[in-house]
Amino acid sequence: MAWQWFHRLGSPRWFYEKTGRWLVWFAPITIALLVIGFTWGLAFAPVDAKQGNSYRIIFIHMPAAVLSLAGYYLMAIAGGIGLIWKMKLPFMVMKSAAVIGVAFTALTLITGSLWGYPTWGTFWEWDARNIFMLILLFLYLSIVLLGQVYPEQEAADKVCAILALVGTVNVPIIYKSVDWWYSLHQPASIKFTGSSSIHPSMLYPLLLCIVAYYCFYTLSLILYTRQEILAREARTKWVAALVEPGTENRVKG
Amino acid sequence: MTMPDARPPVAGAWRAVLARDLKLSWRQRSDLVNPLLFYLITITLLPLGVDPSRQLLGSIAPGMLWIMALLATLLSLDSLFRCDYEDGTLVQFQLSSEPLFLTVLGKITAYWLTTGLPLALVSPLLAVMLALPPSGYLALVLSLLLGTAIMALIGALGAALTVCLRAGGLILTLVVMPLYLPVLIIGANAVSSAVAGFGYGRELALLGAGLALALMVMPAAVAGALRVSANQ
Repeated sequence: MAWQWFHRLGSPRWFYEKTGRWLVWFAPITIALLVIGFTWGLAFAPVDAKQGNSYRIIFIHMPAAVLSLAGYYLMAIAGGIGLIWKMKLPFMVMKSAAVIGVAFTALTLITGSLWGYPTWGTFWEWDARNIFMLILLFLYLSIVLLGQVYPEQEAADKVCAILALVGTVNVPIIYKSVDWWYSLHQPASIKFTGSSSIHPSMLYPLLLCIVAYYCFYTLSLILYTRQEILAREARTKWVAALVEPGTENRVKG
Repeated sequence: MTMPDARPPVAGAWRAVLARDLKLSWRQRSDLVNPLLFYLITITLLPLGVDPSRQLLGSIAPGMLWIMALLATLLSLDSLFRCDYEDGTLVQFQLSSEPLFLTVLGKITAYWLTTGLPLALVSPLLAVMLALPPSGYLALVLSLLLGTAIMALIGALGAALTVCLRAGGLILTLVVMPLYLPVLIIGANAVSSAVAGFGYGRELALLGAGLALALMVMPAAVAGALRVSANQ
């Protein structure tokens, strides 16, 4: 009995109906947080003494970087839950997290290179974090593509979960080895001399942006998973009833 | 009354598959030469495409020898489970009472003995052609011995995940490449620091640790992947 909530959580229909009610207040909160965070960071936070206004991209860039790494673990944990308890919903969450992860890593790389041009003088620098983000993008892409080429959904879910779990072991190793490689090949071209401590007037909007991004990530995860549920459960009665109310008696399950 | 078999049954499955695969690859000797030829040809292309001066070649040789060895491994990965998948042997492996990860480990061992080991052994010859300073030879062979074993274990996962796909080769590359990255970084660094006159014990220790980790994790992951993909 104690595990009942857990199994109910694994039901796509329950998730769909519950999140439908959550979205009503969660979406406005997320949008409000994003608007406040971006306006504060991009318009009202003080100008950086060394980098001028170009540092402001940190409010878009840094939270995306945080979430693309956190999202990988969320994806792998979802895949692991799906493999262990043989539930459908975690696999749908895993797939959504992979697709959203591609978007977030791409956003991190693009904003990073836009920031790098005025600051470092180049769009791409072989910096340890640049390379790590690029590899993370490849890891996400490999899971998305592997899921797409498999003909059967169930098999695709399982192999993606296995790959995600192996990737979880590998992500810290890749991170450390790239870091180590970078310290061996320290190039002289990097002129980034930002002070190590960030002033509170910049820190608070940054923290707010991180919170807003976490909400935004959750919102996009919920929306994508809902769409995934409808696509995969299209043959069930409750989805048919959702699309055309009153037809549930005509559909023969 | 017969004597009980003294051989532990666990090692038996591993040994039987290893012997079978080695025999199979000996009967198809031309396939054994392919990765080596690929290694030789890509190394030949390098001076033609870049610059034949010994100074430049010597400076990029540690990384290039490692990258080409990595690509040569990648080339042969696709065939690791392909034949066994097509003739149904993989399903028989799953049905057998022996644990699948041991069978898989036997196949990976045979694969390493027929591709990784020869690559590591011929690498000094190619190092001479690329004007690698002689102080790097031993580091190259040792790091490749450990590194190709790790790459065989990781690559087996890629091969297992894509064995049922018709165009598996491309997706296999995408799946395996990011996971190879730490091996490449550490292996190529072992050779460079040997050339620069530093010790390379640290890199070899890291590769050894990586091999131990891969030996623990990968056979089980490969077995899990095969259970899904071999039944497609």
